Amino acid sequence: MEGTVTQVVEVVDAKDLVRVYGEGDTAVHALRGVGVRIEPGQLTAVMGPSGSGKSTLMHILAGLDRPTSGSVKIDGIEITTLGDDALTKLRRQHIGFIFQFFNLLPMLTARDNILLPLTIAGTKPDPEFFDNLVDRVGLADRLEHRPSELSGGQQQRVAIARALVSRPTVVFADEPTGNLDSRTSGEILKLMRSSVDEYGQTTVMVTHDAKAAAMADRVLYLADGEIVKETGRSNQHEILQIIDTLDLQ
Amino acid sequence: MIKFALQGLLARKLRTALTAIGVVLGVALISGTYVLTDSITSAFDSIFTQNYKNTDAAITGKNAIDASEDGTVPAPPFDAGLLAKVRGLPQVGAAGGAVSGEAQLIGKDGKSIVFGGAPNLGFSVDPTLPQFNSLTLVSGAWPAGDQVVIDTKTAKEKGFTTGDTIGVQARGAAEKMKISGLVEFGAVSSIGGATLAGFDLGTAQRLFDKTGKLDQILIATKSGTSEQQMLDAVRQILPTATQVRTADEQAKEDAAGTSSFLSFLQTFLLVFGGIALFVGSFVIANSLSITIAQRTREFATLRTLGASRRQILSTVVLEALVTGFVAAVAGLFLGLAIATGLFKLFDAVGFTLPNNGLVFRTRTIVVALIVGVVVTVLASLRPAWRATRVPPIAAVREGATLAPGRLNRYRPVGAALLAAGGIALVLVGLFADGLSTKTLLTLLGAGVLLLFIGIALFSSRLVRPLATVADPIARWSVVVLTALIWPFVLVPLWLVRRLFGRRTEFPGVLPDGPAVAIGGQNSRRDPHRTASTAAALMIGLALVTLVATLGAGLIRPFEQAVDGIFSADYAITAQNNFSPLPPPVAAEVAKVPGVQKVTSVRGGQAKAFGKTITITAVDPQAPELLTFDWRSGSQASLGELGTDGAIVDASYADTHALVLGSRFPMQTATGKTLQLQVKGVFRPPAGGSPFGNVTISTATFDATTSQPLNIYTFVNMSGGVTAANTATLNDALSTFPNAKALTRDEFKKAQTDSIKSILNVLYVLLALSVLVSLFGIVNTLVLTVFERTRELGMLRAIGLTRGQVKKMIRQESVITALIGAVIGIALGLLLASLLAARLDEISFTIPVAQLVIFAVVSVVVGIFAAIWPARRAAKLDPLEALQYE
Ligand SMILES: Nc1ncnc2c1ncn2[C@@H]1O[C@H](COP(=O)(O)OP(=O)(O)OP(=O)(O)O)[C@@H](O)[C@H]1O
Ligand SMILES: [Mg+2]
Repeated sequence: MEGTVTQVVEVVDAKDLVRVYGEGDTAVHALRGVGVRIEPGQLTAVMGPSGSGKSTLMHILAGLDRPTSGSVKIDGIEITTLGDDALTKLRRQHIGFIFQFFNLLPMLTARDNILLPLTIAGTKPDPEFFDNLVDRVGLADRLEHRPSELSGGQQQRVAIARALVSRPTVVFADEPTGNLDSRTSGEILKLMRSSVDEYGQTTVMVTHDAKAAAMADRVLYLADGEIVKETGRSNQHEILQIIDTLDLQ
Repeated sequence: MIKFALQGLLARKLRTALTAIGVVLGVALISGTYVLTDSITSAFDSIFTQNYKNTDAAITGKNAIDASEDGTVPAPPFDAGLLAKVRGLPQVGAAGGAVSGEAQLIGKDGKSIVFGGAPNLGFSVDPTLPQFNSLTLVSGAWPAGDQVVIDTKTAKEKGFTTGDTIGVQARGAAEKMKISGLVEFGAVSSIGGATLAGFDLGTAQRLFDKTGKLDQILIATKSGTSEQQMLDAVRQILPTATQVRTADEQAKEDAAGTSSFLSFLQTFLLVFGGIALFVGSFVIANSLSITIAQRTREFATLRTLGASRRQILSTVVLEALVTGFVAAVAGLFLGLAIATGLFKLFDAVGFTLPNNGLVFRTRTIVVALIVGVVVTVLASLRPAWRATRVPPIAAVREGATLAPGRLNRYRPVGAALLAAGGIALVLVGLFADGLSTKTLLTLLGAGVLLLFIGIALFSSRLVRPLATVADPIARWSVVVLTALIWPFVLVPLWLVRRLFGRRTEFPGVLPDGPAVAIGGQNSRRDPHRTASTAAALMIGLALVTLVATLGAGLIRPFEQAVDGIFSADYAITAQNNFSPLPPPVAAEVAKVPGVQKVTSVRGGQAKAFGKTITITAVDPQAPELLTFDWRSGSQASLGELGTDGAIVDASYADTHALVLGSRFPMQTATGKTLQLQVKGVFRPPAGGSPFGNVTISTATFDATTSQPLNIYTFVNMSGGVTAANTATLNDALSTFPNAKALTRDEFKKAQTDSIKSILNVLYVLLALSVLVSLFGIVNTLVLTVFERTRELGMLRAIGLTRGQVKKMIRQESVITALIGAVIGIALGLLLASLLAARLDEISFTIPVAQLVIFAVVSVVVGIFAAIWPARRAAKLDPLEALQYE
C-alpha cells in the first residue's frame, strides 16, 4: 500500500475558480467560483446535469485549461501561472488521464500504449509494478495486441493502465464509461475502485451514472457552474434522491 | 451536388490550396516556357524584320553544300563588282553593298567586351543609303575610314563616348580606332547583349579580310517596276555561288538558326514543366486520397441521405475540376514571373537572350488551362472511385475507414508489372536498332513514366523496412545538421527571443528519444500514404541522380579523350572556350620565343556520299602534338596528307566501306570537289572525337574555304608549363584579346566546365520538381495532423511538450523524405547504368559525393516540409484536440 495518505497537503486545492467562455452578451459562465479540495487516496465523483461545468472543472484542475480567475494547486504547486512547457512536465509527473474515447495510439501495442507516459517522460517502468498493474487490469495476455485487435472494454483497460503506470498524484477521468455497455462499465468501475484501494491512487471521476458515483468516497454535485452539494460515500439510491431533490436532471 | 462540391472546397480552402500547389508550379513552368520562347521569338523577329525594312530583295553568297549553322561555315563573300552591275539594272531603284563579321571591341582594361555569351557583331554602314541602314545614329557622326560607331549599351557600360579611341579586332590583330558616334539597332538598345560595331565599307572589308568582296547586296525596286520583274532581271546577272531572295525570305532564312534553337529550348523546358506536373499529379492524387479517407463519414452520410455513387463520383471530380482550373489560372500568371526568372537565369549562366518585353499569347493560356485541369482531374479519378465505395453503414460506425478496394490484392503484382513494362520499354528504346530519335525518346519517356508509377505503387511494400532503416539515419542526420547550424542560427535566435522577453527553451542538439520514436512509428503507420508522399520526391531524385551520374560518366571519358589525343603543353582558345579563332592568332603564337611547336586544327563542313559532314584539317606539325589511335595508317601519315590525303574515323570508314587507299570525292563549302584518298583510319576515343569524319591537310582546306577558322591550337614550349611561359604566351596574345592561353589542365577543366554548367541548368530545373514534392510532404503532414487531432491532444495531455510534438512530426517528415531519396537514387542509378551500357561516350561512374549531397538535401527537404505542419500541431490546444470529434 502506498503511503500518500500520510501527506499533509491536499493533492488538489482549487479556490474561487471562475471560467467564462466568450465575451459580452454571449459570455457563458461555465464555472462561477468553485472551490475544491481533493484529499489523497480518495475516489471523488463529480456529478451534475449536462452543461453544468463538470468537464470544464476537470480540465482546469488537470492543467489542460486555465481558469478566468482563481487558483489551482497540485501537490502544493500553483499551476495557473505555469508556462506551457512547465505545465506539460507537471502533467507528466502528477496527472493521469482517462478519456471517454480511449485515445490509444493505433500503431502501438497495448504494452507500448500503457508505457507511453513513461516513454515520453524518458523514465523506466518499475517492472514489478508494471506486471502487477497489467495483472490487475487483466491484460496480461493482450499486451502485444494493437488497439484495433481489442474490444472497447479492453481498450479502456489499456487507457486506465496508461493513466496509472506513472503513479501520478491524481488521475482524472471524464465519463470513463460513457462509451461502454453497462456490463463492461461495471468492470471498469470496479477496476478504478480497486486502483484507489490497492495503490492508494487519488482519482477524480466525472460521471452521469449514479451507480458509478456510488463507488466513490465522496460525491460533488455541480449545477450551473457551482458546487451545490457534497456528500460522503453514498449508495445509488441516496444519490438518485439528491439529484431528484436538487432537480439536477 | 455542384453547390455541395463548391461548399466542400471552400470549407477546406487551405487543404485545397496545398493540394493544388503541384499543378500551379507545373503549369507555371509550362506557361513560363511559352512566354519565354514567344518573347525571344518576337524579339528576334523584330530584329530580322528591322534588317530589311526598306529592302525588296537581298543577294547573298551561297555555300555549295547545305551546311548546318554552327558558325564554322558562313556563306562565302562574293566579288564586289556585282554591285555596280546590279545598280546598272533599270529595274533597280537603289542597291547597297555590305560586309559583316565578328568584331571584338576591346575595353579600357584591354579585355574584349562580351555580355553573357552574346555575339560581337560587326558590319559596314553606308550613310549615303540610309534606307538600307538598320542602325540609328543616336549621337556623333557616321564613321569615316578607320573609324567606328558602337552601340549605346557598350558605350554606357564600358565608359566610352564619341571621340574616344577603342580597340577593335576582327580577323587580324587588334587596332585602335576613333569612335565617331553611338548607334542603336532600330529602336532597340540591345539585341540580347550583342555588341555592335559599324565601319565604313572599306574599313569593314579590310577588317573582315574581305577586300574587294561583299557579303550582301540589298536592293529596292525602282518605282513603277514590279518586284518580280526586278528579281528576274537580277537573276540574269547573278554569278555562281550567289543567290537572290526577297526580303521576307531572307529574314526567314536569317531567323532559321535561331528558330531551330528556340524550338529546342521550348521542348527542353516543356519537358521539365511536364515532369513537375507529373510529380504534382502524385501530390494531388495522394492528397485527395487522404482527404477522401477522412471524409468517409461525410460520404456515408450522403449515401444514407440517398446520394447515388455517381453523384458521389461527380462531386469529387467536380471538386478536382474547380481546383485544377483555379490552380491553372494561378500557374498561368506565375509563369510570367518564371519567364522573367528564366531570362535572369540564362543571363547568369552567361547566355543572354534578347528580350523586348514579355509576350503572352492565347496559345499559352489555352495549353496551360487544359493541361492544369486535365492533370488534376486524371489524378482525382482513383480517389474519386474510392469515395464511391464508401458504404452508407460507415455513417453510423465510430472510426470507420475506407475498406481496401477489391483490386487491392493485385496491387503489388500490378505495380511490379507496370515497372517491368517500363523497364522493357526503356530497354527496347535503348537497344533496338534503327529507331528514329523521336520513337526512341518517346519509348524512353513512356518507359520511365511507367517505371515511376509502378515503383510508386509498389513502394508501399518497401515502406516498413525502409522506414525502420531510415529511422536512426533520420534521427542522427537531423542531429548533425542541427549541430551545424546550432551556433549560427539556433543560439542567436534563442538570444533574440530571450531579449524580447519570450520564454523559450535553450536549443538542444541531441534527439528527443520518445518524441522521435513516436514519429518513427507514425511513418510506418500507413505505408500507402508514406509511399505515395515519398514517391513525389523519388521522381525528382531519380532524375537528379540520373543527370549527375550521366554527367560524371561523360566527364571522365572526356578527360581521358583529351589526355589520349593532346600531348601539348598549352592550348589557345577563345575567351568563351569554344568559339573558333582566326588563323593569325596561331601565327602570332608561333613567333613567340621559346615556342617549339604549334599546331592548329581547322574545322568546317563538307559534303561526301550525299551527306553534309563535319571535317577538320591538320598541319604538318600535327604528328608531334596529336596522337591518334590508328586502325590503319600511322602518326606519320598525319603530316603527309598533301593535296588529296584524308584520314577518316573508324565508324565512317565502316559505313562507307573505306580502307587504306580507297578514293572518294568530297565537295567543299565553296563548291570545289576534292578527290581524296584514305591515308589512315583512326578509332575515336570513347569520350567523343574532337575530329570530323574526314580530316584533310590545312593547305587543301584553306585553298577551298573562304574564311578558315581554327577550332584548336596547341603549343609546346621549351621548359613545358611554367608561369613564365604562360605569361609570355598571354603577352603575345594581347593583340588578340579574344584569345587566351590555357595550360593542359586548364584546357581540360574549361572543356568540362561547360558540361558542368549544363548540368547546373538541369539541376535548377529539376529543383522545381523537388520543390513540388516538398509541398507534397507538407500537404500530407498537414492532413495527417488534422486527422490525428485527438491523438495529438491525448499526447499533449499525458505530457508531450510542444517542442516534442514538433520533433515527432519532423521525424516522420525526414523519414518520408529519406525513403523517397533512397528509392529515387536507386532508380536514377538503374536508369543511368542502362544508358551507360548503351552509349560509348558514357562510362558508368557513381558520383558518390553528389549522391551524399542529394541525400542531405532530402533530409533538409524533410526538415523544411515539417516546419509548418509541426507548428500547427504544436499550437493545437490539447483541450480542443480532445473535444474534436
Ligand atoms: N469551448 C467552449 N466555448 C464556449 N462555451 C463552452 C466551451 N466549452 C464549454 N462551454 C460551455 O460551458 C458550459 C459547461 O460545459 P462543460 O463541457 O463543462 O459541461 P459538462 O458538465 O461537462 O456537460 P456534459 O455532461 O454534457 O459533458 C456549457 O454551457 C458549455 O456550453
Ligand atoms: Mg463533459
